[in-house]
Amino acid sequence: MRNRTVIQEFIKGLWEENPVLVSLLGLCPVLAVTVSAENGMAMGLAATFVLISSSFLVSMFRKVIPGQVRIASYIVIIATFVTIADRFLAAFTPDISKSLGPFIPLIIVNCIILGRQEAFASKNNIGRSLLDALGMGVGFTLTLLVLSSIREILGSGTWFGMEIMWPSFSPWQVMILPPGAFLALGCMIAGANWINRRRKS
Amino acid sequence: MNLIVIFISAALINNFILSQFLGICPFVGVSKKIDSAFSMGIAVTFVMVISAMVTWLIYHLILVPFNLQILEYVAFILVIASLVQLVEMFIRKVSKPLYDALGIFLPLITTNCAILGLALNAVLNEYNFSETLIYSVGAGLGFTMALVIMAGIREELELAPVPRSFQGAAITMIVAGSLALAFMGFAGLI
Repeated sequence: MRNRTVIQEFIKGLWEENPVLVSLLGLCPVLAVTVSAENGMAMGLAATFVLISSSFLVSMFRKVIPGQVRIASYIVIIATFVTIADRFLAAFTPDISKSLGPFIPLIIVNCIILGRQEAFASKNNIGRSLLDALGMGVGFTLTLLVLSSIREILGSGTWFGMEIMWPSFSPWQVMILPPGAFLALGCMIAGANWINRRRKS
Repeated sequence: MNLIVIFISAALINNFILSQFLGICPFVGVSKKIDSAFSMGIAVTFVMVISAMVTWLIYHLILVPFNLQILEYVAFILVIASLVQLVEMFIRKVSKPLYDALGIFLPLITTNCAILGLALNAVLNEYNFSETLIYSVGAGLGFTMALVIMAGIREELELAPVPRSFQGAAITMIVAGSLALAFMGFAGLI
């Protein structure tokens, strides 16, 4: 861990240790909000903001927070930033905030964020923690973007609200319903496994 | 009548796992064996009911009168975290066998989004106290049912020839997708 270069610290979150496809963390929002690319993007950015800010604080206070109450302290820090993100979205993008519904507050219990505090930010200096948080956040956002694009294009024939499929295309309704989320994510995980196997051999 | 509708809707139509995507982590992690899936489901139901009642009281008796709704998230998650700890100590004192059966699952419930999600949903839907109670029981039983069904399928799946890339999490998702498809059939129930 110590001898990773600065770049590697950032890159690892994108593919090698991708929080969704490899570690299978934070699946609830991944499945629930990826109905449209816009929602997926907003969720990814909100989670990235919370992840970076709380990693910064946790890393700054890592020598002050006593071991026994560390989880509770992390949760309070995370919950504070989630409240900020929630109010921000409600004020500037009310439509997105409404369609994401309870999944913005549920970022608090997203295992990616708590997991990074426990596994990384509480043991490393501020610079490295920020890079790690940024990498994980970007990896999470990109995964959400790909999954929500697949679902929106197949399920409603649009991408970010623009019509992109040919006129006679009939949308696959199931992709924007709950079963479509499970099926699409299952295929994406399998695809990631396949690519990793090909790269190894 | 209204209470029955809330119960059925929480347990079947808006099943927490298969249609609202709350509590996916234990669903993927603890659904390998039927017994442990059942224990996990019961533990979650138990904590769900207690935390839904306590958070309802806190929201309506403390946060609303003092106009502190902005503290909703911080207050709820703190209550849930300490409640899980309390429930754990209580069960260890009262029933040792039950405590041993639940084991590691109890502390893990804190980070289960189904618990916080339920508390937030009850506030969002403006349920009164008895509606919240019925809602949490229904949601908990629906959660247990989905977990046990999934565990049953996964026990069979171990003997099935799954394509190499799909082994593990990927096939679990595909199975969950077909289950969700089946649960959509309940939509016309009420």
